[in-house]
Amino acid sequence: MKLTLKIWRQKNTNSHGKFENYQITADTHMSFLEMLDVLNQDLIEQGKDPVAFEHDCREGICGACGVVIDGRPHGVLKGTTTCQLHMRFFKDGDTITIEPWRASAFPVIKDLVVDRSAFDRIIQAGGYVSVNTGQAQDGNAIPIERDTAAKAFDAAACIGCGACVAACPNASAMLFVSAKVSHLFHLPQGKVEDESRVMSMVTQMDKEGFGNCSNVYACEAECPKEISVENIALMNRRFIKSSLTSNK
Amino acid sequence: MQVSRTFYARGQTGQQLLIGAYQALSRQIALGSVVMYNRHEMLDLVMIDGKARGIIVRNLLTGKLERFAAHCVILATGGYGNVFYLSTNAMGCNVTAAWRAVKRGALMANPCYTQIHPTCIPVSGEYQSKLTLMSESLRNDGRVWVPKDKKDVEAIRSGNLAAQDLPEDRRDYYLERRYPAFGNLVPRDVASRAAKVVCDDGLGVNKSGLAVFLDFAEAIQRYGKSEAHAKGIENANPAAIIKLGEKVIETKYGNLFEMYEKITGENPYKTPMMIYPAVHYTMGGLWVDYNLETNIPGLFALGECNFSDHGANRLGASALMQGLADGYFVIPYTVGTYLAADIRTPSISTNHDAFAKVEQEVNDRLNKLLSVKGSQTVEQFHRRLGMIMWDHCGMSRTAEGLSKAKTMIQELRSEYWNDVIVPGEQNEFNPELEKAMRVADFMEMGEMMVEDALHRNESCGGHFREEYQTPEGEALRNDADFTYVAAWEWRDDQDSVLHQEPLKFEKVELKTRSYK
Repeated sequence: MKLTLKIWRQKNTNSHGKFENYQITADTHMSFLEMLDVLNQDLIEQGKDPVAFEHDCREGICGACGVVIDGRPHGVLKGTTTCQLHMRFFKDGDTITIEPWRASAFPVIKDLVVDRSAFDRIIQAGGYVSVNTGQAQDGNAIPIERDTAAKAFDAAACIGCGACVAACPNASAMLFVSAKVSHLFHLPQGKVEDESRVMSMVTQMDKEGFGNCSNVYACEAECPKEISVENIALMNRRFIKSSLTSNK
Repeated sequence: MQVSRTFYARGQTGQQLLIGAYQALSRQIALGSVVMYNRHEMLDLVMIDGKARGIIVRNLLTGKLERFAAHCVILATGGYGNVFYLSTNAMGCNVTAAWRAVKRGALMANPCYTQIHPTCIPVSGEYQSKLTLMSESLRNDGRVWVPKDKKDVEAIRSGNLAAQDLPEDRRDYYLERRYPAFGNLVPRDVASRAAKVVCDDGLGVNKSGLAVFLDFAEAIQRYGKSEAHAKGIENANPAAIIKLGEKVIETKYGNLFEMYEKITGENPYKTPMMIYPAVHYTMGGLWVDYNLETNIPGLFALGECNFSDHGANRLGASALMQGLADGYFVIPYTVGTYLAADIRTPSISTNHDAFAKVEQEVNDRLNKLLSVKGSQTVEQFHRRLGMIMWDHCGMSRTAEGLSKAKTMIQELRSEYWNDVIVPGEQNEFNPELEKAMRVADFMEMGEMMVEDALHRNESCGGHFREEYQTPEGEALRNDADFTYVAAWEWRDDQDSVLHQEPLKFEKVELKTRSYK
């Protein structure tokens, strides 16, 4: 299949970027990232600058990859990361637009690579359980009802890729933060610090410059792990409760 | 006897452990006890008076070299499976940190012990960048088979026959046939080699002839009947049974089935999965003692980058166990013991001459790679190295093939330093330069793996030498001559030097495995 790629090129954080067009012949069995690999090999051989994009596990679990494909984070396929998207979902002759995540809290490093360390700082603000590993009671010794465990697990499936932020017109990180809050809230080990956790994580989220939620639900639609917006509702309830009852 | 010895979390057990560890680390960062340097890569080890005292890293965003000094250095940098180019490892996995330690005198133990995982999605084309693992857990319910007859193989390959339509008596469930006691649950090395044997016999089921079936039809039937019974549905019709059975399979393996369909475009509920073995884990690694200290004082190695826990053949879930045990339960205690002797040593300064010297060497290597300006990309060299390793140091090995591989790698190395093309500059974000440094190290590592495989004249776990097998094609060990850890010392432009650490079995008796 012959494709035209319209790719965002930006030398570094401070420079202005622009779209550039590339022609490429791809195979339908290729993954999307393998198609970019092939493009880069060509560019290097021609003495040109290869397109920088981020990737690591290439099986949808590390959260490193992620570009906006034809306006949609991780592309058109539901519940899929960019690395799992295969070229058979495109047609011969297609023009594909490829951009980085767009959010002021995720500055562009180069081309399609953005800095997502804001997410690390939100986790550092409280996305954990304050128990030293090796000293806690064996997790398996506390029975947890199956549905509750499943809710925690559904939230824990978040890979922190940032697609929710890229999808949101407000560049809000509410789905990411609420997934982490909800994951720990549903488990007995995490419940203890629930109030302070939700306050600190939300405070940090605002400090990083992410926008607010206005119930568009684009985050849920684009999330490669299909995290539900119900988590946002839960986080809001926890947040209101703690702001009313907390001593801090 | 078979016992339960691990947990299962929706096919993402490892990922959930990783998230737990990441959260625990984030807490330490918040407490100020850990500083995290994201996007920094270790490019060399600094030694002062024979002790590991620091590292030189490249800030991957700016390209600048930075010095870090400490009383000891701990590596937790993972395995070297990407020496094969295609593996189930993440693309960023590399041997550089461990290999730089080897270049400074650390010993590399049992480098030839490589685990080839039996349940991966087969290669689809030349552009393939990595291989995807289908969780081991699938073999709990899936049955592995190929057609008995080559005519059926042809019909399936050409698309004239659907695998699910081939009658039972024309299928060879070769693991169940060869290993009646363990069947589809034989260890990874045994399952992988058995797949290679049937594919070498021309019975592989995809176009390239390098795939076997993993079939859930029987499990769907079994679970379906049991569900129907539990729900009190009498005389359930076949379609209803299949529907109930598929539901059970979906609860157990839904996400894996989905992942398979995304990659291959085929529905594994209806047609059997195709799988083929792929490089997954490296049991070899830096030699360490019981305190996880290498032979370089003050240099510790944890997790897959050391050789310690798995012998020649890692078992499922043991890598997770090792990561947690090494990091949480061993090193916090053993590092203290090491540091106790250094209690009066003032903090190490990065102004020491040793740092300047090593930093200059790293700088020279980076410049040298950038200045070659040849005609072949890093990727092309990496692929060629991977082919040499897979063909001659993969699932089965021979003395002849290994000797050839050694020469081929040496030639490839010299070609690399004369003809590689690395775009861009050193002092910028430059992923190609990162790769170029890693591939240079993979080549030397590959050569050491081949040397180790060539010297070990026996078959043992992940190391299968064709010359050493039983008449039934099983691995044949030579305990009299090879019951030792082979720890290798690298010498530039010379053969590596072997150091032997004898293996003494005090509590258990050394036995031959049998899964028949």
